[in-house]
Amino acid sequence: MLRTALRNVFAHKARLLMTMLAVLLGVAFVSGTLVFTSTISEAFHKSSQKGFAHVDVSVRQDNSDAPEGRGSVSPISQRTLERAGDLPGAKSATGVVSGFAALSDKDGKLVGDGFSTNGANYYAGDNGQGTDPRYPMKSGKAPRAPGQVALDAKTAERTGYKVGDTVRMSIDGPVREEKVTGVFTTDAGNVAAGGTLVLFDNASAQKLFAKPGEYTEIALAAQQGVSQTALKQQVEKILPAHAEAVTGKKLADDESKTIESSMSGMKTSLLAFAGIALFVGIFIIANTFTMLVAQRTKELALLRAVGASRRQVTRSVLIEALAVGTVAGLAGMAAGIGIGAALRTLVGKMGTMPSGPLVIEPSTVVTSLVVGVVVTVLAAWLPARRAAKIPPVAAMGSVHAPATTRSLVVRNTIGALFAGAGAALVLLATSMDDGKAPMGLGAGLLLIGVFVLTPLLSRPLIAAAAPVLRMFNVSGKLARQNAVRNPRRTAATASALMIGLTLITGLTVIANGVQKGIDKMASDSLKADYTISMANYTPLSPDVDKKLSSMDEVTATSPLRNTPAEIDGDTEYLTGVNGATIGKLASLDFRQGGWAGLSGGKKVVVDTETAKSKGWKLGSTFEVAYDDGKKGTFSVGGLYKGNQMMKGILADNASVTPHMAKVADMQILAKTKDGAGAKVKEALNKQLGNNPAVLVQDKKDVSEGVSQMISLMLNMLYGLLAMAVIVAVLGVINTLAMSVFERGQEIGMLRAIGLDRRGIKRMVRLESLVISLFGGVLGIGLGVFFGWAAGELIAGAGLDTYTLVLPWGRLGLFLALAALVGVLASLWPARRAARLNMLAAIKTE
Amino acid sequence: MTTSTRPQNPAGDPRSAAPVQGYAGVAAARATELSKVYGQGETQVVALDRITVDFRQAEFTAIMGPSGSGKSTLMHCMAGLDSISQGSARIGDTELTSLKDKKLTQLRRDRIGFIFQAFNLLPTLNALENITLPMDIAGTKPDRAWLDRVIQTVGLADRLKHRPNQLSGGQQQRVAVARALAAKPEIIFGDEPTGNLDSRSGAEVLGFLRNSVRELGQTVVMVTHDPVAAAYADRVVFLADGRIVDDLMGPTADSVLERMKSLDARVRTS
Repeated sequence: MLRTALRNVFAHKARLLMTMLAVLLGVAFVSGTLVFTSTISEAFHKSSQKGFAHVDVSVRQDNSDAPEGRGSVSPISQRTLERAGDLPGAKSATGVVSGFAALSDKDGKLVGDGFSTNGANYYAGDNGQGTDPRYPMKSGKAPRAPGQVALDAKTAERTGYKVGDTVRMSIDGPVREEKVTGVFTTDAGNVAAGGTLVLFDNASAQKLFAKPGEYTEIALAAQQGVSQTALKQQVEKILPAHAEAVTGKKLADDESKTIESSMSGMKTSLLAFAGIALFVGIFIIANTFTMLVAQRTKELALLRAVGASRRQVTRSVLIEALAVGTVAGLAGMAAGIGIGAALRTLVGKMGTMPSGPLVIEPSTVVTSLVVGVVVTVLAAWLPARRAAKIPPVAAMGSVHAPATTRSLVVRNTIGALFAGAGAALVLLATSMDDGKAPMGLGAGLLLIGVFVLTPLLSRPLIAAAAPVLRMFNVSGKLARQNAVRNPRRTAATASALMIGLTLITGLTVIANGVQKGIDKMASDSLKADYTISMANYTPLSPDVDKKLSSMDEVTATSPLRNTPAEIDGDTEYLTGVNGATIGKLASLDFRQGGWAGLSGGKKVVVDTETAKSKGWKLGSTFEVAYDDGKKGTFSVGGLYKGNQMMKGILADNASVTPHMAKVADMQILAKTKDGAGAKVKEALNKQLGNNPAVLVQDKKDVSEGVSQMISLMLNMLYGLLAMAVIVAVLGVINTLAMSVFERGQEIGMLRAIGLDRRGIKRMVRLESLVISLFGGVLGIGLGVFFGWAAGELIAGAGLDTYTLVLPWGRLGLFLALAALVGVLASLWPARRAARLNMLAAIKTE
Repeated sequence: MTTSTRPQNPAGDPRSAAPVQGYAGVAAARATELSKVYGQGETQVVALDRITVDFRQAEFTAIMGPSGSGKSTLMHCMAGLDSISQGSARIGDTELTSLKDKKLTQLRRDRIGFIFQAFNLLPTLNALENITLPMDIAGTKPDRAWLDRVIQTVGLADRLKHRPNQLSGGQQQRVAVARALAAKPEIIFGDEPTGNLDSRSGAEVLGFLRNSVRELGQTVVMVTHDPVAAAYADRVVFLADGRIVDDLMGPTADSVLERMKSLDARVRTS
């Protein structure tokens, strides 16, 4: 039987090609993901080990025993550093102080998007004249005095800055101009990953990122022969409060763990998309094997007639699947390694990844192969069982195309039950508070139900296309009838496309609604013309507010500053606002009370949810304990409905600011005389020194920022879902190719009695179009439904300005995409049908 | 070789434009020095060797011959289904060798009817739709009166809404005959039209073909290997090794069988 099975694979290699391609694509996606993520992990791992090569033990802040948010005061002083340096096991002790530092490039743009751009100190030893072994200078000199900085070599190269240039930068708002005195090289992890590092002299760095005389960390190098753990034990004896000692090895391990966990998120989502592609592939494989078995009815019956058992027949089909799966799995793995290598080069070119060798782990190889084989064999299981049921007597018949008129009654009943239950559950979930789980379950059930029902749905839906098809005369008529000829096959082919389009449509509908919701929220809750914040959303210096409010154009400003405070034993955040102006800048949906009394410092306004959890009513009073140990009392002057922009307890800055260790504004709201406009914005930017690190945004900018983010995310998802669509195209090609093959005699007859090649081509193309549009309509319909349902959940979960707006343009585009899939998929089969040798086709066996 | 010109009976011919029947000069289709060669060099096979033959209007001609004699190839070449290596083939006044695929397809559609051994009908269309398929393809409306008459003649009036798989083999082939007749082609070619039928259904179909010649003035050319089937024809052309070896008018099953036997003997001894 093995030989028979393998012979069959070779005999049908052309027909199995599409199946193999489908499996191959899915497996390539899986193994590409695995290779890429393990390569990146390994590279980051190596780089973080290198980055911590100079550190045997690190002393750092430990906030675990302090309440959240109270570690803002650094406990590591110069004295700690000196004592650490005097430890017998320590060779050297380096004080480290670092934080966010936005560097602007020559065009005034922010380098590195504001996320991994850091500043740190150049530690020149106790006397201030030594060198810092972590940062060897490539050119120029290390920074020794205020106004001097050094740049890492990669950043210098990217921006074109040289020793002697003056660079503009910002730490917390105001612009600073510094002179580049040197360019250094470093192994620091985030520089290797594409970040930027600016070094200041020790005193300047302390002033900027901590307090004079304090460090955020101490890095110790051990004496020859002293182990990291031994040194750690020594250090622990001199540790100040709220500090901990950690070995260099643990630091490196922790960092790689962080990297790994962030990689694993990416890996999981990529694998999910690979899974979708493979799932779609299952339909195609099942379809192919069903058709192969149907074509071989006589042959298989003959095997049965000459004495093969049912099990042997099943097994022969499964062996065929196994062979296909193995070949496709191997090829897919090879392609996946290629994808991984290509991705590494791509990411490496963008400079956001340390270099390293391509890592192909044994588990990757095994997973790829197993996935390929299991998916294929699983999909071939039902067709194989069907093959075994062919009676031996079928070998004697002379039926050409065996009619598959098995009843669909059972199938339709099951489908209707699933779809009904699923739809009901989804509808129910939309009115629930936390409907995520039931909605997920309902969506799954509905999707399965519709799958099962597609054969039933194919007739009425395709019949609906009849008026259009009639325009194409006889070709259209034949195409329509061919499309509904084998409802199961049509259904499986269309389903493959349906899945992809359901996901694409659903995501688009949701994203559209979210964006509309955020736009609406911004315009509903903000009266201010501008919001000012740091590019990376770190705090702004209070200078910025002062500068803004001194402008003539600006009529009102209010900073928003957060401070932790203890209320009833829980740590809560108070948001300090300018009580006098906030009423002009923000519009809150007050249920009771209002802004009145806020500026007196006696009253606060609270969102209804916080009030409910605290049991406060209008007029309730409560006590707060600030971080500096002082206490205060407030009464509730207003209850408002919280939204994404504003929530929690809002108090006047006059009462909050005195208790803050370091005054920092999260955001500033500003209203101008003439409203938002290009000129006003220019003036504001100018006032702030045209600082790249500070974002001055009007409502339109906010909504554009959100829409850019959303469309970026959507485009990425479209790209990933394109895989599923490509696999679906392969499925349509496969089905059509098989159909053309099976109907060879019919096509020959049609040609003989006078249908020309164009007519034949058009017939095949229209059939493909009809099947694809059928899948497209189902997918888009389901996607809209899911999008609506998920939107109800999102609205219920907080974004109550969420509005369902159907993106008709996009939906039309998706339908056009489905049509395009149909046309593309039919190119080759239609050509083949038109080229069919008429005589060979009509000659009987 | 018989060269008699047995007068035909054109009675009942509904076609006003039908010419006077039965004269050797009026050919519905004609092959002149027609050759068909497959392959090249050493593997070259001559399927048809300079054949010259006329198929006369309103005559029922059977082409017979042993397997491999080239009888099917002759039909395919005459019907514009296969290309011609040398010589000429005409349908009426139209020379087939000069036609490109598109024109050839149009010619088949408008001027030729076909009946095949099997797989004659589209399973997705009902009987009536199958009958009018050639007109559908041409985008023309069928002549209602003529269509009714054809349907009446083949006795399918009560089966028109049936799909092929709901019809017996004989009924299916009658649908195929009706389809071939419905578009009023100049000539109908049949390739073993009774090959898949039992003898009763076969006789029915052949009867219809003969009636269509006698009563409707249709021209029919049929390839067969069955002497009984050939006996329904007005004339039998015998082929062997790609040449016409005999031509028999007014055949009977016995006379055809006799010729076949002698042919077989000649083939075997040659």
